Amino acid sequence: MINVIWLAMILIGVTIASADCLVDFVDGSILWNPTLEPLVNLTSGVFDSVKFAVTLAIGLVGIMSLWLGLMKIAEKSGLINIVAKAVKPVMIRLFPEVPPDHPAMGSIVMAIAASVLGLGNSATPLGLKAMQELQTLNKVKDTASNAMCMLMAMSTSSVTLIPATIIGIRAAANSSNASEIIAPVILATGISTTVAIVMTKILEKLPRYRYPETGGETSLAENQQNPSQENA
Amino acid sequence: MFETILNVISALAIPLIIVLIPLYGYRKGLKVYEVFTVGAKEGFDVALRIIPYLVAIFAAISIFRTSGAMQVLSWIMSPLTSLIGMPGDVLPLAFMRPLSGSGALGILSELVKTHGPDSTIGRMASIMMGSTETTFYVLAVYFGSVSVTNSRHAVPAALTADLAGIISSVVLTNIIFG
Repeated sequence: MINVIWLAMILIGVTIASADCLVDFVDGSILWNPTLEPLVNLTSGVFDSVKFAVTLAIGLVGIMSLWLGLMKIAEKSGLINIVAKAVKPVMIRLFPEVPPDHPAMGSIVMAIAASVLGLGNSATPLGLKAMQELQTLNKVKDTASNAMCMLMAMSTSSVTLIPATIIGIRAAANSSNASEIIAPVILATGISTTVAIVMTKILEKLPRYRYPETGGETSLAENQQNPSQENA
Repeated sequence: MFETILNVISALAIPLIIVLIPLYGYRKGLKVYEVFTVGAKEGFDVALRIIPYLVAIFAAISIFRTSGAMQVLSWIMSPLTSLIGMPGDVLPLAFMRPLSGSGALGILSELVKTHGPDSTIGRMASIMMGSTETTFYVLAVYFGSVSVTNSRHAVPAALTADLAGIISSVVLTNIIFG
């Protein structure tokens, strides 16, 4: 799916920018003096944003290292296991493929807790740590396991208790009650988390998203499955 | 009151974790400084590993954004979204949100400035912003860091959840503040 979305975004973008060179989008008339500006802007925009992608990744090194260092201490001291045990009843339902006492469970809890508390900068490193733990359990290394998809869906939809940045913007614009959005946001994210969990559980069973098991009786089915998955 | 408690929690969370984890490790007899650096060493590798994925996603998002595709899409979709009570002005935010956090924040600031933070549009945009995530960034970073290329059902599941967040914020705004 990501292949199709990725290509579609590029294709649609370039097509519309090209059309924008010839047509005035405001009144739909054809320009007598075609302009190259939209395409020039598109090019410089791409160059700027790929540069930003690298800056962003490098900027992650510090906070990433901080959390990976702390998580290593938490792991070696057994703290992660204690956290994992505490939330076991919920976690074994959400992540049935992960052994209940595996350190991945603790990492997942930490990652989700960070996004719930609105610790955006720290949620990413903790989520990546959890991803790495899940990858050690993953049999087919280039394919997302059910647990990985669940973590991803829960992270992008997680309940948000304090949308601090947004409250800041509203306060700056002289809102009479900048934080009145907190309750609706908690409600809306509660709904989206529920949808994320339900959708992940439903979709993971569909044939087109089937996990390609290695070896065993499923290998024949897997061979037939592969061509269609390449296109997915 | 509730809000103050939440603010205190979020301010305390990180310092508390930074103190408690090493303290607990030390009590368990760990060489905390050394163990920390062993873990921290991986930070650089992870950051490097996600670069190709981030570049791929950011390039596509940039093309889509600067071309004005977002506006065209919003214009096509607007008759549909008005059915659920979403004003046309908020639609670009709904499209931008999964793609770019800074882009969405820009749209939100603009909407709040133009229509006022306490208008229906201002409130709806704020709630929508808080109820959704930059899904494609998270996707690139999470799966990129472990070199997973076949994301299976992660994208449709996450996008459906985003859609649920968007619809909920529209409906909740109209119910609570309507």
